[in-house]
Amino acid sequence: MYTKKKVVAMLLAGGQGSRLYALTKNVAKPAVPYGGKYRLIDFPLSNCTNSGIDTVGVLTQYQPLVLNEYIGNGQPWDLDKMNGGVHVLPPYESQKGASWYEGTANAIYQNMNFIRRYDPEYVVVLGGDHIYKMDYSKMVDFHIANEADCTISVIDVPLAEASRFGIMICDENNKVTDFVEKPKEPKSTLASMGIYVFSWKKLEKYLIENEEDANAKRERGESWSKDFGKDIITSMLRDNQRLFAYEFEGYWKDVGTLDSLWEANMDLLSPALPLDLHDKSWKIYSRSSYVPPQYIGNNAKVENSMIAEGCDVDGSVDFSVLFAGVTVEEGAVVNYSIIMPGAVIKSGAVVEYAIVGSDSVIESDAHIGKSPESAEKSDNWGIAVVGHNVTVSSGKSVEPKQIIGENI
Amino acid sequence: MSVNYNLLGLIFASMHDSFVSDLTEHRTMGSIPFGGRYRLIDFPLSNYVNSGVSEVGVITKANYGSLLDHLGSGRDWDLARKKGGLHLLPPYSQTGGIYKGRLDALANIWSFVEHSKAQYVILSNCDVVTTIDFNPVLRQHKETEADITLIYGKGYYDGEKNRSTTILQLDEDKVVNDVLVAPRIKGECCQWLDMVIISKELLRTIVFDSMSRNTFSFTKEILQNKECGYKIMGFEHTELFMRIDSTESYFAANKRLLDSETRKAIFKYKTPVYTKVGDNAPVKYGLESNIKNSLIADGCIIEGTVENSILFRGVKVGKGTVIKDSVIMQGAVIGSNCRLSEIITDKNVGIRDDQILNGSETYPVYINKNGKI
Repeated sequence: MYTKKKVVAMLLAGGQGSRLYALTKNVAKPAVPYGGKYRLIDFPLSNCTNSGIDTVGVLTQYQPLVLNEYIGNGQPWDLDKMNGGVHVLPPYESQKGASWYEGTANAIYQNMNFIRRYDPEYVVVLGGDHIYKMDYSKMVDFHIANEADCTISVIDVPLAEASRFGIMICDENNKVTDFVEKPKEPKSTLASMGIYVFSWKKLEKYLIENEEDANAKRERGESWSKDFGKDIITSMLRDNQRLFAYEFEGYWKDVGTLDSLWEANMDLLSPALPLDLHDKSWKIYSRSSYVPPQYIGNNAKVENSMIAEGCDVDGSVDFSVLFAGVTVEEGAVVNYSIIMPGAVIKSGAVVEYAIVGSDSVIESDAHIGKSPESAEKSDNWGIAVVGHNVTVSSGKSVEPKQIIGENI
Repeated sequence: MSVNYNLLGLIFASMHDSFVSDLTEHRTMGSIPFGGRYRLIDFPLSNYVNSGVSEVGVITKANYGSLLDHLGSGRDWDLARKKGGLHLLPPYSQTGGIYKGRLDALANIWSFVEHSKAQYVILSNCDVVTTIDFNPVLRQHKETEADITLIYGKGYYDGEKNRSTTILQLDEDKVVNDVLVAPRIKGECCQWLDMVIISKELLRTIVFDSMSRNTFSFTKEILQNKECGYKIMGFEHTELFMRIDSTESYFAANKRLLDSETRKAIFKYKTPVYTKVGDNAPVKYGLESNIKNSLIADGCIIEGTVENSILFRGVKVGKGTVIKDSVIMQGAVIGSNCRLSEIITDKNVGIRDDQILNGSETYPVYINKNGKI
């Protein structure tokens, strides 16, 4: 069968997301719920479909059960294709033995045969933990126009934050001259978004080199790594390959921490609308949950919120995001919070500045979180988090910054 | 639910279209939007799927474009199958013109039925909203050695209003003694839900016998004809059902979903009602939104007040607007400072700022598809 594709995307979805603590106890980070009905991975997958990329390898490793089930045959994203489509690629055993993915570059290295099946010109490498809408085809066009070997998507960040990112230093033609991971004194404010376009033949060569080089170092007892930013990009720069920075303008949010996950959800409620999910020209697809429309009851007070189907709200909801099938009983209060699918907030419970995980139950008169104003010291304030499938008993409270992973 | 290859499901998508002529002007009964995100055909289809029926034929008549668009390959009902699956059966008549009755329609699509390996056939229409498991019905059908089993529900009937209802009279063994089409009576009655279980073999005999006699009506020629000598049994469906037989009853049935007991009876956790996936974002409520007792589907953006109403997917409600006791179908864009009550807007209606529209419970104002006010 003729299987050639111009572009194949490889989505790195094996991350544990350890800074999301209780929320990633049993699910991989890309499967973390976001925005009322989505999971993080919906963004890169929908971007692929909307960009005309129909062949996607999803590299999984950490807690893949939920993610595998969610992706399924890829139909919700239109990625159930006769040729191509979405394929989940877990680590596997070969004649040489089995090994876990030992870094982002190694994950792709171990799946080079998947890419070779499609004999692509270009490979797009994506992460599964950012919220953004991006037309990758424009980035590929930019890559082609520059006759680049590698193109890295960058975003201009405030100088004060630049030391949190991998920073690209470019000349006037956007050609990358240097790359520094988390610099103490940043020479530029162009941060890598972890989105790469590679000319496949070049990437293949560098993946093999990095693998051999790292394995040799390991045998010699030296420190080694198999990462994109640290190894592949650095080696390509060393060899004077053509690396270009593609500047992205628009909403891009890293949701690596509980605070940033909360903020990214709150951004959806901003009147400035930095990210429009209602935009029909660039829909974000997700797996549907087959629940009836939401019901807002007689005692409800619902303002400035995002609420998904299947919810039953009879309490007060303000500045909050409610996922599918959430119940907020009469007399319950939910402010500035994110309530994940199937959670129940019982009568008299108060949830503010908090994240409540899927299928958790907040019993009556429990109190989750506090407003920043009410905290005695601002250092002590932060989002309160209740993990998935956790019951908070009647009258109990969860303090700001506290993370609950077991019933209390 | 595991698959039951012994049952073939048939749905008449256009039966009783004329009773709700406003809503069926451009569509079939089956494609009438209902309950915020559904079409009426979703209910019989989901009942089949949730009963393990994996082979379904949808018999269409006219105006079925919207139905084709809604059903597609049947994937959203899990009916895009190699074995069985969803089959759309467009109108075709051996006697010329569009079919006249249920038997005529069945004769025209008989090769589809014949091709199925199922021994039993279930027939449903689209004008009854209910949740039912057909397995107990089939069990009773076999145990009582019935020729035909009619599914009925008990409820208040008013012959002046319920023009498409057929009333059954049964003896204590649930044998059907008499079948009356829209009799001029009032009160608690056994109402046929237009659902039938019959063996394929008997259905074949009935259909071809009728064709040779040039008769078309299953009700008149078979159920009401005592000379046939068939053993006709009733099966009582004890759960809630709502029949759509007028614009008024359509309006009332939608509003009845605001009652939590009704929602519990129709939308059961174990037997979801499937429908076409819309990929809409969750509902966004603005700073001054005020919502009471309403059913609201995904994709809506609401900045005004909504009370006692059903909003379908992707409806926009402007600031200062008050919508009460209304059914607003998919894609309506309603401006600011409007006052709307007791209205039904069909798909993609536009209402400019500062409009006032008031209907009444028995005569809701109906605004045509794509209407602009």
